[in-house]
Amino acid sequence: MHIALGHYLVLAGVLFTIGIFGIFLNRKNVIIILMSVELMLLAVNINFVAFSAYMNDMFGQIFTLFILTVAAAEAAIGLAILVVFFRSKGSINVEDINQMKG
Amino acid sequence: MPSEMVSQSDFLYILPELTLIVGGLITLLIAGFKGKKSVAMVANFAIALMTIAAIILFFLPQDVMRVFNGLVINDSYSIYMKILTLFGAAATLLMIKNFLESRKLDQPEFIVLVMFAVAGMMFMISANNLLTLYLGIEMQSLSLYILAAFNRSSTKATESGLKYFILGALSSGLLLYGMSFIYGFTGSASYDLIAEHLGNPDGSSSMGVIFGITLMSAGLMFKISAVPFHMWTPDVYEGAPTPVTAFFATAPKIAAMAMLVRILYSPFIDIAKDWQQIVVFVAIASMVLGGFAGIAQRNLKRLMAYSSIAHMGYALVGLSAISNVGGSIQSVILYMSIYLITTLGVFACILGMKRSGDSFEKISDLAGMWRNHPVIAVSLTIFMFSLTGMPPLAGFLAKWEVFSVAVNEGLWVMVVVGVLASVVSAYYYLRIVKVIYFDESKEKFDPMSIELKLVLGFATLFTIIFTIFPSSLRELAQHAAQSLN
Repeated sequence: MHIALGHYLVLAGVLFTIGIFGIFLNRKNVIIILMSVELMLLAVNINFVAFSAYMNDMFGQIFTLFILTVAAAEAAIGLAILVVFFRSKGSINVEDINQMKG
Repeated sequence: MPSEMVSQSDFLYILPELTLIVGGLITLLIAGFKGKKSVAMVANFAIALMTIAAIILFFLPQDVMRVFNGLVINDSYSIYMKILTLFGAAATLLMIKNFLESRKLDQPEFIVLVMFAVAGMMFMISANNLLTLYLGIEMQSLSLYILAAFNRSSTKATESGLKYFILGALSSGLLLYGMSFIYGFTGSASYDLIAEHLGNPDGSSSMGVIFGITLMSAGLMFKISAVPFHMWTPDVYEGAPTPVTAFFATAPKIAAMAMLVRILYSPFIDIAKDWQQIVVFVAIASMVLGGFAGIAQRNLKRLMAYSSIAHMGYALVGLSAISNVGGSIQSVILYMSIYLITTLGVFACILGMKRSGDSFEKISDLAGMWRNHPVIAVSLTIFMFSLTGMPPLAGFLAKWEVFSVAVNEGLWVMVVVGVLASVVSAYYYLRIVKVIYFDESKEKFDPMSIELKLVLGFATLFTIIFTIFPSSLRELAQHAAQSLN
């Protein structure tokens, strides 16, 4: 079977949706939320690379490299905030992030 | 894509950003050598750098100029909005620099993060490519996440930082997913080429582009904290230390609105009919929620969060009048300028609520302020009336401008909802006035520092006399709006 642009877009769409559901349905652990965010960004990368290859335009792939870099920085900062939160609260359960009701 | 070599003169146009970034790195060095003691000096240094950056911007050529192969654009709009952002950031730093120590924020890194965040905001404003936009947003957001959680010993602050981070990461995911569709279905990430593609009659609004613009505006609406992407705002405003909240409420809002206006009116103006519905819906939802949810609040910072949600809604009212591009951008610019200065004044009052070194942030703590501090009480009253939109004050003119462009567009439903919502929100603004004048008075607050008085005095004066001399600022806004036309 020939794998066309549509297949990549569907794959990225499925991964992205899993990422979003991972954030909203998850009631346990903040680490899982961080993993879901990574999944979303990687789905976006698949989209960019697929479009880039389809159109023969390098810009999408360059964009992907930037997204990967920023995602690494974002994960580092997210984990740092999580560590700080754990120190003062003693837990990283999603249900314990409840001091303010928003 | 024009692929010439980057010329040296291109760097002239990002000199303000470079000033802040290089200055931030130098500051890090100073911080490394001198440690905690250097905070006060570093803060003054940062304010000086922001002033220098604003002066450089003032003298940059005002005509539309694309630099770095079209990645960055410089026009009178970007210059105006950047100066406004720098003004907001510098004024906030001026107000908060004496409060860092008592709130356990007295580390020079705090100032460095503010500088990097402002540099990111400036890139957001003059982005002319989705990549520049994304990098600017992330540079700003990553700094802001850390600032929210900067007071490591406070559970509230770290919780607000964590919430801000999670929802912020979700929103940048949505934004990027939208960007990937825009890139794929228009064939480019450059604003100019996207506009060219969408201006083409056969290539106009395909399904993929609509999908992309919807996802992208979801991500961007998060940054201006408009409903339904506002969930983080009350918690972050309440949980973060007051100096940080004062910063969050001013400069980032201006920059985010500026980039939203540019992206909707510059590459996507040809599919304005499609995004107009989104903006109208978000504007109505923000005004209504901001109006009603503020009623039950006891905490002044949380109240300001709902107030900012409502005000973003009003600014979006101006944005949704798509047939009169110049007028609608002008009204948004004017609204944001007035909102910025009024908010600075309100936060000067909130920062001043200290008794023997401890900070207070409940509305009930303002009780009877009229007797102990008549001048501050009158200023706060003026700001509350201005935020409500009472006729002689600046806030009225701001609302008048955005509503009148929307009326000319025929968006009656939105305008009626907006006026009713502002009547509802008058309840909580006027309740503060009632508490100040008619409740049993409490102890005196500590005397205000000279910097707070300066900002407070300026904001009060501006709010009163703006209606008498509106033309100068309005001309500036008009001039800025023209370059996006």
